[in-house]
Amino acid sequence: MTDLPTVWFTLTAVIFAIYFFLDGFDFGVGLLQPFLARTEAERRAMIRTVGPFWAANEVWVILAAGVIFAAFPTWYGTLMTALYPAFALILLALIGRGVAFEYRAEVNHRRWRTFWDVTSFITNLLPAFLWGLIMANMVRGLPVGDGGRFDGSILYAFNTFSVLGGLATLSLFLLHGATYLLLRLEKDSELHRRARRAALTWGAAASALVLAFVYQGFIRTGLFGTFGLERWLFPAAAAGNLALIWLALTVKRDALAFAATGLTIVFSTGTIFGSLYPNVQPSTLGEAFNLTVRNAASEPYTLRLLTWVSATFLPLIIGYQVWNFYVFRQRIRAQDERIPGGQSDGVRPGDTGQSGPY
Amino acid sequence: MNEILGFSTLDLSRFQFATTSIFHYFFVPFTVGFALIIATLQTIAHRTQDPKMENLTRFFGHLFFINFAVGVVTGIVQEFQFGMNWQGFSNFVGNIFGVPLALEVLMAFFLESTFLGLWWFGKDRLPAWAGLASIWIVAAGTTISAFWIIIANAWMQHPVGFELRGGRAVMTDAWAIVTNPKGLEWFAHLWTGGLTVAAFFVLAVSAYHLRRRANVDAFRVSFKVALVTALIGSAGVIAAGHAQGQSAVRDQPMKYAAFSALWETPQGTQMPESLLALPSNAGRENRFELSVPYLGSFLAFNNFSGRAQGINDLQRAYEARYGPGNYTPWVWPVYWAFRVMVGLGFLMLLVSLIYTWRWRTGKLETPGRLYPLLLVMPLAPHLANFSGWIATEMGRQPWIVQGLLRTQDAVSRLNPLWVLLFLAAFWMVYLTLIGLDVFLLTRTARAGMHEPDVETPSVPAPEYVAEGARA
Repeated sequence: MTDLPTVWFTLTAVIFAIYFFLDGFDFGVGLLQPFLARTEAERRAMIRTVGPFWAANEVWVILAAGVIFAAFPTWYGTLMTALYPAFALILLALIGRGVAFEYRAEVNHRRWRTFWDVTSFITNLLPAFLWGLIMANMVRGLPVGDGGRFDGSILYAFNTFSVLGGLATLSLFLLHGATYLLLRLEKDSELHRRARRAALTWGAAASALVLAFVYQGFIRTGLFGTFGLERWLFPAAAAGNLALIWLALTVKRDALAFAATGLTIVFSTGTIFGSLYPNVQPSTLGEAFNLTVRNAASEPYTLRLLTWVSATFLPLIIGYQVWNFYVFRQRIRAQDERIPGGQSDGVRPGDTGQSGPY
Repeated sequence: MNEILGFSTLDLSRFQFATTSIFHYFFVPFTVGFALIIATLQTIAHRTQDPKMENLTRFFGHLFFINFAVGVVTGIVQEFQFGMNWQGFSNFVGNIFGVPLALEVLMAFFLESTFLGLWWFGKDRLPAWAGLASIWIVAAGTTISAFWIIIANAWMQHPVGFELRGGRAVMTDAWAIVTNPKGLEWFAHLWTGGLTVAAFFVLAVSAYHLRRRANVDAFRVSFKVALVTALIGSAGVIAAGHAQGQSAVRDQPMKYAAFSALWETPQGTQMPESLLALPSNAGRENRFELSVPYLGSFLAFNNFSGRAQGINDLQRAYEARYGPGNYTPWVWPVYWAFRVMVGLGFLMLLVSLIYTWRWRTGKLETPGRLYPLLLVMPLAPHLANFSGWIATEMGRQPWIVQGLLRTQDAVSRLNPLWVLLFLAAFWMVYLTLIGLDVFLLTRTARAGMHEPDVETPSVPAPEYVAEGARA
């Protein structure tokens, strides 16, 4: 049998990459909604681009956490305790976001919808930023002592490097959401044109922030040293890829743009996890306290069991998720509502104003 | 700083876990039973090809969606909390406890979240059989999910299939963990409990519309399906509960003694069961007690001569085994929560039997004088679940893993200020959610089957309408 802890570390990275790829565009769409949609019909159209998918996309983060818990219990406790406020805020945000998705369309009233639009914006903003913050802190190292005990201020997580990391994921998810919209909205509609402009704007911002983070990471953490490659290679590759996205957007190759933003997310996640290895959580208090793939892992019996179950179920899950995307592949058109007399902004007596989810 | 406002990190973390679990559990059993009822209704609609039945299914599907959203998002909190607030616990049991959690995600969560969307939004794009299969897959998913989470919890109450290595529990026999007898009994108890939550809700909604003579043909069907579910659920929950009590006498005797407020081991040839008591931990006795002879023996052993050990004897035995310490749970909340749960269980069975009798005598659709009771009955299973969790989780203190790890050794080293801050935030968010959920459920349920007001060309809106509303 190969080195099981390494296999599971790799799988954890893969699951995080899938999660950031999938929920990344959900975050992006949620963040772009107030900027792109001008009418209620356009707002609904944007929500519908992720409607049938967001819940299953989000399950990947539950899997990521479950896998760390089962395969690297020591890492799980250390990471979550050390970054307590960041994770607590993410949880509160994921609650608000999920409910905003489901409840927004339940009542046909202007203030009700505005409330959920605001909730949706904030609750997409927080995780999009905080995931970058968490990843940056993982790479930077945490003050953990013996047995993974956290020995720092709980505000430790909020430092220049990690805030930059947060801004990088935030802008990258915005860009990813914009390229996703280009694939999912009705072509050559006004909304589609606005999405392209947003992608170009955010593409420029994301380029700057991701490059800044990569450069900072290169100085601060020796992030790329572990790969045994030329150190300028990663910043150069990141710059090249961002240029490709920009080019694809200008020549209107939308699928290429989406693939490129997706790959940026996947490669960034790979770089973060790759640079951690063979540690899972480096300690700033001394190398002796580093949590490594080996000393944080579960026993071989547990890992073997997890391997068999995952080998059975992961292909199946990916299969039906792909099928799900295929079933709802049609582009979404912003269309006016059918309610007699147009939208009602107040609930009339006897008018339940209900429409069900979305 | 070890305390804030007199509360330690341990107190606050316990309170946070209790409240987030109980909030979460208002929604979870609902989805377990409700998915099954909806799948049954969808099957009837598929068989009869009756558009009224299809509308009825969509109507209840809409109510399902309102609950499902909150159930999913509050569940994420449960998983992350183990790492955030219970680092000692994660380190100690991760090898074992993390596995059923991961399996739950792999086998259930993806299924539920993907196929629920396919069932609802895919109505116009999938063949009818695929839609029907989707809702049954969702129902299976909720059951699988309940199974794995109960297996995880049962391991904490009755650890099996492990050995201690380097200060942590290590899995040695996965099959023993999956077939943990405690887990199987609990699963039966919680799954049938889930049936009652959904059944009494559907009964209430159906009765409401039957009384108003709205869509009588359709709501008559949902009333009957829910009634059968309520009968199976309440009878099953009592039978499984009885079995659980008997196994607790063997493997969690302290919890069993707390359920019965049994301080001293009975001296005679039989064991009475206390009906009413005022237990006092300070005095280690009951200030007042009213009990029935022989009933205790019957409940615990199915005979009239068995005797369980009392709390005071158990405390002495535990001190001898685990060293000095307090091994007695806080008895009065455990005792009373247990009694509230049992009482509500019998109330649910009684109501199901009354309506089954009315069905036999042909008076099913006239809710009669008991109609107001039917409208408040949906609260009963929720309250029973609430009390059940209080009884079982407080009853096993001070252990977080029975006999292996104490709750006080499991908690993360956190500044209590932060725990308090986020505890307050979770409370605010959860109370808002419950308010919104109840508001939307009552509003949607009272509106009945109606025409959707939004045309959604790419993702279809619900297609359920009132009878004849579509001319």
